[in-house]
Amino acid sequence: MRPFTRGEFIQTGLAGITLLALAGCMRSNTYAGSPFDDNGYRYRVLSGGDRELIAAVAGAMLAGVLPSEPIAYRAALVQAVRGVDVAVSGLPPGVVDEVRQLFGLLEFPPTRGFAAGVWSSWTNASGSQVASFLLRWRFSGVTLFRSGYQALHQLVMAAWYGGPASWTRIGYPGPPIVS
Amino acid sequence: MDADRISRSADRFVTISDPIVAGIERGWIVHDASKLDRDLHVEADVAIVGTGAGGGVAAEILSMAGLRIVMIEEGPLQSSTDFHMLEREAYPNLYQESAARKTKDKAITILQGRTVGGSTTVNWTSSFRTPPATLAFWRDRYGLTEYSPELLAPWFERMERRLDITPWQVVPNENNAILQRGASGLGIPTAVVSRNVKGCANLGYCGMGCPINAKQSMLVTTIPAALDRGAVLVHHARAERFSLQRDEISGLVCSALDARDQTTLPYAITVSAKAYVAAAGAIGTPALLLRSRLPDPQRRLGARTFLHPVVLSAAAMPKAVDAFAGAPQSIYSDHFLYANRIDGPAGYKLEVPPVHPLLMAVTMPGFGVGGAQLIGELRRLQVILALMRDGFHDDSQGGTVELKRDSAPVLDYPITDYLWEGMRRAFLTMAEIQFAAGAKSVLPVHESAWPYTSWKQARAQIAALPMEILLARVVSAHVMGGCAMGAAGRDSVVDGNGRHHLVDNLYVFDGSVFPTSLGTNPQLSIYAIAARMATRLAQTLGRTTRPPKV
Repeated sequence: MRPFTRGEFIQTGLAGITLLALAGCMRSNTYAGSPFDDNGYRYRVLSGGDRELIAAVAGAMLAGVLPSEPIAYRAALVQAVRGVDVAVSGLPPGVVDEVRQLFGLLEFPPTRGFAAGVWSSWTNASGSQVASFLLRWRFSGVTLFRSGYQALHQLVMAAWYGGPASWTRIGYPGPPIVS
Repeated sequence: MDADRISRSADRFVTISDPIVAGIERGWIVHDASKLDRDLHVEADVAIVGTGAGGGVAAEILSMAGLRIVMIEEGPLQSSTDFHMLEREAYPNLYQESAARKTKDKAITILQGRTVGGSTTVNWTSSFRTPPATLAFWRDRYGLTEYSPELLAPWFERMERRLDITPWQVVPNENNAILQRGASGLGIPTAVVSRNVKGCANLGYCGMGCPINAKQSMLVTTIPAALDRGAVLVHHARAERFSLQRDEISGLVCSALDARDQTTLPYAITVSAKAYVAAAGAIGTPALLLRSRLPDPQRRLGARTFLHPVVLSAAAMPKAVDAFAGAPQSIYSDHFLYANRIDGPAGYKLEVPPVHPLLMAVTMPGFGVGGAQLIGELRRLQVILALMRDGFHDDSQGGTVELKRDSAPVLDYPITDYLWEGMRRAFLTMAEIQFAAGAKSVLPVHESAWPYTSWKQARAQIAALPMEILLARVVSAHVMGGCAMGAAGRDSVVDGNGRHHLVDNLYVFDGSVFPTSLGTNPQLSIYAIAARMATRLAQTLGRTTRPPKV
């Protein structure tokens, strides 16, 4: 592993996103302004608004992980959002309610603005705006925000790294064949 | 890795004989409550709630004594045919809250089983007798005079024989070997873990359910033995509350649960028995007793629940470690448990966790390019964990199980400065060991840390880390306490035989009876203590027991 400096490691979320946003204009163009729609799958829990939120958050959290080619990127993002739906739907009802409260806080425009610092819709938020929000919550002095960040992190990471599409990059061979 | 290979590898499991499938074909009495189309009433001599380490052992011993048993399990009945070594299947199917159960302030993630066999179906097989220093504390502080290493030895021996618990003879995988080498370089002694396995193929997927039935969990040992003797199993059934009449339990009411989303189905399950055993684990058992509004004048129920809170340290090694393969835990060190008095500064046990992609990705700090680079090094990651011994000091009183509005349990566990101090020392210890073993960089699993490239840098930076919730990653796989046993009702819920102090026919046989944490992985302590308690219960009910078939 290449050594990191502190600044690099803590800030890579933000810096990485900015760089990618610059380098990947084409992707942002194809994505910006187009609401997240996925008609190929029946969502159990996530509403249309939830999907837009998760797509924005997953795009920032998985920066440097998702493929850069636009069609593959889009397909991977769809997989991640579906994965979050599966993950949330497996939780007991009381925990699903808590997740819904978090999503609600982040989707209601006034609270999205004041609590997350994101004043545009999630679909229109730039990658660096989303990454700034994530960093702000990750290190917030308010433990409720830190726990909100951790919940989003856990959902997105579980959704992505549970599937074989993520394994090639990290060198995981998958489960052994048992005979 | 493509989906095709996974499905082909899954197909191969069909050739491995599945004792659960075979038992059902032989005529076991098993009710899947998620498929009920009417109410269900079951009568038995003894009703056991929970099928983990406590309930499983009790079911075998009590059924061998000729008693009619019914087992109630909240989770599904899954077995080797269903175990595909895939995290995305195993965590939602086999764990409480998809392996993401949290304490009340969300600061600690708890791994706890929720399936037939309980946590024994998904644990990493590490088996240790209760440490003598822990038992001495219980005798001194809780009047548990019969809890000595000598008096418990026959019960440990019996369960070690029953579950094939022996020191692991195979060369440790590289993840464990690094703990051994690094510690040895610093003069810190390590030892070999004993495991409950028979014919283990060293796959490394114990946490997703053993696909070859090598792990001698309750699922493939005691529960089949009980079912072979006519015991009844009701799964997808959550015990809601006991009915109390005068000083006795008169019945148990359960809910049938939807197999997918755990919502309640409209059919009532009721159980009548002479005696009732709560063995739903150290969150589930206090919650069941709280929902039942049993007498608790000293408010001991749910209090002093312990977690062995764990902190982790991740090292990037120069060569592949492949910590997803091979027996997950084979080397440990108790050196830092006994460096101080048991009631002094927090002691900790060192072990390693297996490193699989999903669990590692949710556990490692950071996101975006920095996070991607860490996870991208999965094959070279080596991880050490330190589990903190809690419950032996005035500033370590554990947590409290409470009921939420929907009557589901939540554990309120504040992490005290006493524990944070121990966790900082543990971060230092783990980093020093990893550098001594040749790590290129070491990352304490903490949001404010970054991969340090020398021991000198690590030492300085760890000293300055803010030890706060939701910055340091804290996890737990061992929930204990909440229904403490003790000689007196003042500071405990049950007596040394697991019998409730105030309710005549109610017993608790699981990890919730521990008056403190153990300072070691709990399964063998639960097996042995449950075996002792269940044997006494059989005698109380007028039955003599003979040792189970081995």
